[in-house]
Amino acid sequence: MNETKTHDPSLTSWYVGEDFYQDLVDAFTDWQTDEREVDDLALRDTCRRLLEKEARLLDRRRLEDWIALYAPECVYWVPATPHGGDPRREIAVSFDDRRRLEDRIFRLRNDFAWSQRPQSRTARLVSNVTVFATGDQAELMVCSTFLTTELQAGDRRTYAGWYGHRLRRLDDGWRIVVKQVNLIDCDQNLRNPSIVL
Amino acid sequence: MTQHEAARRPNRLPTTQYDYDELIHEDRVHQSLYTDPGLFREEMRKVFGAVWVYLAHESQIPKNNDFVTSKLGLRPIIVVRDNAGTIRALYNRCTHRGATICRQPSGSARSFSCPYHGWSYFNTGQLSGVPWPEGYGCDFSDPKYNLAQVPRVASYRGFIFGTLNPDAPSLENYLGPVRRPLDEWLDRHPGGKVAFCDANRLKFRGNWKLLYDNSCDGYHVIFSHRSLLAMENRLVAGNTPEKGMAFYKNSPDDGPVYLKYFGNGHHFKDKRATVEKRPGALWEIEGPHPGMERYEAALRARLGENADAVLDLASSEPVNINVFPNLHILGNHVQVSQPLSVSETDTTWWGTAVVDEKDALYGEVDAVNALRMRTQESFPNFGEVDDLMNFEGIQAGLAAEEDEWVYMHRGLDVPGRITTDADGVITGPSTDEVFLRETYKYYRQLMTAEPDIAITREVAHE
Repeated sequence: MNETKTHDPSLTSWYVGEDFYQDLVDAFTDWQTDEREVDDLALRDTCRRLLEKEARLLDRRRLEDWIALYAPECVYWVPATPHGGDPRREIAVSFDDRRRLEDRIFRLRNDFAWSQRPQSRTARLVSNVTVFATGDQAELMVCSTFLTTELQAGDRRTYAGWYGHRLRRLDDGWRIVVKQVNLIDCDQNLRNPSIVL
Repeated sequence: MTQHEAARRPNRLPTTQYDYDELIHEDRVHQSLYTDPGLFREEMRKVFGAVWVYLAHESQIPKNNDFVTSKLGLRPIIVVRDNAGTIRALYNRCTHRGATICRQPSGSARSFSCPYHGWSYFNTGQLSGVPWPEGYGCDFSDPKYNLAQVPRVASYRGFIFGTLNPDAPSLENYLGPVRRPLDEWLDRHPGGKVAFCDANRLKFRGNWKLLYDNSCDGYHVIFSHRSLLAMENRLVAGNTPEKGMAFYKNSPDDGPVYLKYFGNGHHFKDKRATVEKRPGALWEIEGPHPGMERYEAALRARLGENADAVLDLASSEPVNINVFPNLHILGNHVQVSQPLSVSETDTTWWGTAVVDEKDALYGEVDAVNALRMRTQESFPNFGEVDDLMNFEGIQAGLAAEEDEWVYMHRGLDVPGRITTDADGVITGPSTDEVFLRETYKYYRQLMTAEPDIAITREVAHE
């Protein structure tokens, strides 16, 4: 399905449907198998650099440059359940399509988003990057571990967990199609989770 | 007849060291209500020990032997549907040396075994055995070795409450007229019920009452949620109706939104009159959410004119129903607040899913829920975080001890703003602080009394 020609995903949400959810859940089920681990160093490096770039752009608060790393039809997904769950049936910490991600950036750029006054400073470490092949040459799954330290209103706190990135090779290179953020404390009460994780 | 074991206060401490008439006035309350650790300890007894406290939802424990852990004030509780189907609120505290016996947030168990010395209990609370009993000279069939439990547990349409107070009225009477908006909120769903489906879990460094104070507050909306209102309407063009909470703009007191105070600390803010009474009107003011256009088009293609009513079920119901001291229903969320200390509070926004056992939704319940998950995530992500940081701002400001008062006199002494009906239910405009003043009158009544807190260890089925 390619709705982007007729529907701008920044304005309307035509791509998030039943088929999309099913494909998402399938892609994030049992994907980290040893036999699918990618050995190719160049490909691994490409993935690692993309993740490092994402972390750097977020740390610098270059949010418009950051979202340019994403495919037009994308999802930012922070499950509230340790196993990811099914977003059709369960509330997530966050589940943003393209439009809602742009909402998020709009709000973070708004001077009256009090949860980001003062703005958080962050320092992100992304490590243990492991790349997995899929049935599709133009698609990769990447597992990484993250540790994000946030300074918010004079108080330092950390988020830890692992990312699952689904990447797709588009005409202009690899882009992020899905970022799944698996917080180790996803099912605990979080204090002011207002930054992009 | 269930025997209650009266709780004894250690060393006959005086019941209070505070003069609540000095701390609570009609127009203002003292900052120590939010900052004093000793006063907080009294609240855990005089408020949370005296009234019906929300504990869990029946959809979390659908089958016999299912359990979920909870708290009653600071008391760790296991809410369990025991092996005969009776819902109990067991103290999660080994009778022996006091360790918590259940450390999983939820699950299914016929018995609980203490990890420390292995004392075991049936899920009725009855002691089932201790290791090496020959080393004891006592009779373990004495109920005093059973788990303590909340002596009165009752459900209102799926919402499970418990009270430690034998003198409390029935749950129905405690809820009183707040049952009506609660009934209406439930009855808009097929079968008159919802099921919990995970949660947005948040916490803040502030007193639990800051959240309760905010729960019916129509005054803060366009200020605290300024970024959300701008966000929800950033794509609204021309003559399209504004989305979300835009009706708070301009003069909200002159609009159709009103609030009601029902007694016993319960209150209600009703925004439904801002929505036209026709199928699909609620869906029309819903802000942008993932999948909206796609699901809506598919539902309209499949259902025709029936799609509007189905889409309304994915939309956020414009009400705030607040049940003192810890339960809030807003939009489609069931929000539960949990005090942790005088200056720390958890607030868990349980998502609710539609359950459609009789196929009232033409087989579309999954589509409705897929949309409804997304509509519910919006406010905790883009609205509540701003409120919580304002609560943290209050807690920080109240560190200035000698600047003593917190004011809540909006509407006081202004004629013509509020009405009181024959049942004592007060109605006022949406930004009035009458609900705060009335809640603190009730709170003062609770804090100046001493409830006869009791527990039971009887396991007989009611």
